[in-house]
Amino acid sequence: MLDTPAIELRGVARYFGERIALRDITLAVPAGATLAVLGRNGAGKSTLLRVLATLLRQHAGEVSLLGEPLPRRAFAVRGRLGLLAHEPLLYRDLSGRENLRYHARLYGVRPERVEELLRDVRMERRADEPVRLLSRGMVQRVAVCRAVLHDPEILLLDEARANLDPGASELVEPLVGRPAGRTRVITSHDPQAALAEADLALGLRDGRPTFSLPADEVTPDHVRDLYA
Amino acid sequence: MKTALTVLRKDLLLELRTLETLPAMALFAITTFVIFHFGLNQPTIDGQLAASVLTVTLLFAGILGVNRLFVAEREQGGFDAFLLAPVDRSAMLLAKAGALFLFLAVLEVIAVPAFGLLLLGPPLGPPLPSLIVVLALADLGIAVIGTLVSALAVQTRARDVIGPVIGLPLLIPALIATARAIGPLLGARGPAPLPGKWLLILALYDLVFALVAYAVFDFLLED
Repeated sequence: MLDTPAIELRGVARYFGERIALRDITLAVPAGATLAVLGRNGAGKSTLLRVLATLLRQHAGEVSLLGEPLPRRAFAVRGRLGLLAHEPLLYRDLSGRENLRYHARLYGVRPERVEELLRDVRMERRADEPVRLLSRGMVQRVAVCRAVLHDPEILLLDEARANLDPGASELVEPLVGRPAGRTRVITSHDPQAALAEADLALGLRDGRPTFSLPADEVTPDHVRDLYA
Repeated sequence: MKTALTVLRKDLLLELRTLETLPAMALFAITTFVIFHFGLNQPTIDGQLAASVLTVTLLFAGILGVNRLFVAEREQGGFDAFLLAPVDRSAMLLAKAGALFLFLAVLEVIAVPAFGLLLLGPPLGPPLPSLIVVLALADLGIAVIGTLVSALAVQTRARDVIGPVIGLPLLIPALIATARAIGPLLGARGPAPLPGKWLLILALYDLVFALVAYAVFDFLLED
């Protein structure tokens, strides 16, 4: 693992009207490390991922990705990020293959990469069916392909294994798991599983950090307090 | 330009798959002509009245397309996917305006002959080349302003209302210029030459709004 922080946040805040979505978030994630963001529903996990994905601007504080300050230099990091969000970001009336080819063209990725990824997640046989006809697990597998299509350095994973059965989880592991060697920010409703694959952990409650620790220092009490 | 073509190709493919926009636009236009046919209580119309009926019908049919322009982007995460990509955001403006322009052109391929059959007194053949020029300029204006308004409206809850409420007033000058340019073409005694003044106004209007759209479109997509 390198020492250079791939992600740095200092005093970051984000509001939706009067509501505080994020406040006083300060952290640094070294390149190649995994940060697990934990918290109850509505704690601010997805908002944090959207700020890091350059889809939302912070209202206070500083965000730096791969050494580039956001939002001023967002264009410089967009092609180096991958986001797997709650929504698959796929057009329902296009097939998985058409969706991936569309994204490949946007990212300037060679078309062969689409076929490689479809093979990796064993979706090549169903890749020509409209996404709306696929099961949620299959859609998630195509969404994983979309997120890693351009081989991003930073991967933002919001419940990446949602809707995936154990076999499918294993299939996507080389793409989005620790073996891929990317800097990752992950959220999960399964804190134990998230901590097991993380180097760092951030606990959020009502948008504020309750702890920011190395993952192996997070105790069951920390987790219990967070979800209490 | 390559990105704009990529997005445009995707939009056309989606429309071919779903047929959610063009059939509705065409059906609206033909139904409106039928209503005018009986409502005006005249066997045929010509001149400025014919130009007005044609222009207003095409404009309102176009508004249906404007309202649908960004629906897939909003409902299926297309906006986020596009904003995540390392591409020039103006490509979305070009692609959406291009798609709307093509939808309007296809609409007119269906609606103008229907107008000729149901309402128009003079034959459609002689004024057709000039009519195509005027309608192309009008379509350009509707496409640019429609894309701008649709991108704004889709971010709001009342998007179905916001589109027409903002779009129609902005389109009034283009509507007037189009109707006044078409009027002499549909005269009972055959088509008069193209009125250069109204064509120029229409072209200038298109140019100004194309520049405005280019300048502000990035901000509309921003958080």
